[in-house]
Amino acid sequence: MNIFVCVKRVPDTSEAIVKVDDSGRGVDSSKFSFDINESDNYAVEEAMLIKEAKGGNVQVVCAGTQDADVMIRMALAKGGDSAIRIDDPRINVIDPLQVAKVLAAAIKGKEFDLVLTGCMANDDGNMAVGVALAEELGVPHAAMVKKVEAGDGKVKVYRELEGGISEVVEMDLPAVITIQTGINEPRYAPIKGIRLAQKKELTVLKLEDLGLAPEDVSESASLITLENLYIPEVESKAEIIQGEPEVKAAILAEKLVKGGLL
Amino acid sequence: MVNVYVLAEHRQGELREITLEMLTKAAAVAGQTGGEVVAVLLGSGVDSFAEKMGGYCDRVLYVDDPLFADYNSEKYQKVLAALLQEYKPELFMIGHTTQGVDLAPALAVELKLPFISDVIDINVADGKLKPVRQFYQGKVNANFSFKGEPPYLVTFREASLEIGEPAKNGSVEKIASPLLEDIAYRRFIEYVEAEVGDVDITQSEILVAVGRGIKEDKNMPLIQELAAAMKADICGSRAAIDAGWLGHDRQVGTSGKTVKPKLYVAIGISGAFQHLAGMKGAKAIVAINKDPDAPIFSVADFGIVDDLFKVVPKLTEKLKELKG
Repeated sequence: MNIFVCVKRVPDTSEAIVKVDDSGRGVDSSKFSFDINESDNYAVEEAMLIKEAKGGNVQVVCAGTQDADVMIRMALAKGGDSAIRIDDPRINVIDPLQVAKVLAAAIKGKEFDLVLTGCMANDDGNMAVGVALAEELGVPHAAMVKKVEAGDGKVKVYRELEGGISEVVEMDLPAVITIQTGINEPRYAPIKGIRLAQKKELTVLKLEDLGLAPEDVSESASLITLENLYIPEVESKAEIIQGEPEVKAAILAEKLVKGGLL
Repeated sequence: MVNVYVLAEHRQGELREITLEMLTKAAAVAGQTGGEVVAVLLGSGVDSFAEKMGGYCDRVLYVDDPLFADYNSEKYQKVLAALLQEYKPELFMIGHTTQGVDLAPALAVELKLPFISDVIDINVADGKLKPVRQFYQGKVNANFSFKGEPPYLVTFREASLEIGEPAKNGSVEKIASPLLEDIAYRRFIEYVEAEVGDVDITQSEILVAVGRGIKEDKNMPLIQELAAAMKADICGSRAAIDAGWLGHDRQVGTSGKTVKPKLYVAIGISGAFQHLAGMKGAKAIVAINKDPDAPIFSVADFGIVDDLFKVVPKLTEKLKELKG
């Protein structure tokens, strides 16, 4: 089974201070730490599990700058066979439909059974690229998948719905699946794999190499415009308790007990 | 004039709340521009849903056909593409739900629609639509606008507003299905219900909730000791369940349980909207997190901004002392 797995490098902003930059349309990312997007990491693992069970190869695809190479090499170290990185500043990363168009151009015309990608990028939260990619490739898709059973010419997937219910659907191959976190336990790259990964093929392409007209995937061709960013005002009614940790803990304990909450 | 069409969402015989939330927002948008609100419903045996939605919009268009008994992205896409081309609304709203995210991006690509996902609000300025969405898990908001010709497509975030009163009396029209035969590239098989655990956290009076901030399984005893001192049950955010620290039956949020305890103590949980949707109905909420900008504080009654590993043991100790 031949698999493409699409990955994105994203900042971890869970504990970072996020500030809008001077342009008003971007953020100051100089202090962020970056890594593979969480659900993409699960997609990489799922690709390896399928390859181990069924044979075939796994190709990693990424639209990003050279900074993404460390992350791509990690996916290769886990068992990926080769990688394609589309490195072009003209790609309008704000528009998920344009990103999907770029990824599709890198995959189109090649033989594949499955395309896997994370169901959501933690930076933009669009949850759109994978499903748009399927439409660009003209193949069926299923989003937010927590279990994959790849068969002969078919794949059965369990989509995780609200309330923890699963919707089981079957699709003809080839197909695109967007992977939900928690589907597996992503492995650490083995030392030997890390050494081997340095020798694996990582092809860097420009839009023209994919036969794409840059203007088709640049901001001018996008049908949506990001006008400006702003930090939302948090309407918090929370009473923030002050002091040293033990003082805060003691005040909170008293409030809970004396306030009748416990 | 902005005519707003809304895709009704239903599953297993229930009309989902996102539908009425979107109709409420649609009425606000259309109201500012003198447009019409139209609900679009695809289903089988769904007369009662159509009737109910009539209270929230000007018109309900519905297809009642056994082919739509269960959601299938391919069938939905085919029919919605035909309906959008026929009715040409300015704005089409689909829920940013497990159904909507499985459907909307492909529909947008097929029809080359201007598309913005996970929209939390839609403003209108000079007759133009200005959707708002977020980046960096709620830390930044963005004003967007559309270019090109309508229909404009958005997926709209769940639980981002209160459902309004059913003040309208819209017409209900059954329409012929544009889908003449079944499509078979993707086939619905069945639903598998969520696993049942030893504790039903939807019934718990007091919940201690743990998230990514606890970092490792070996730190869970800290939480267990606090829960014991509070006589609380333990639950968690998606991160805690993905990491295997807790079972799936303990997950709070859109893909887990919705809880309404008397007291909810969120520890090391940043508060992604999917989590907030599952717990903001708690009577009292305490948040302990070292990031002062964490969205969890927006729903909290009491907050402690600090290292949980310093605060939690002291809290447990003090509670034991006070409760004897």
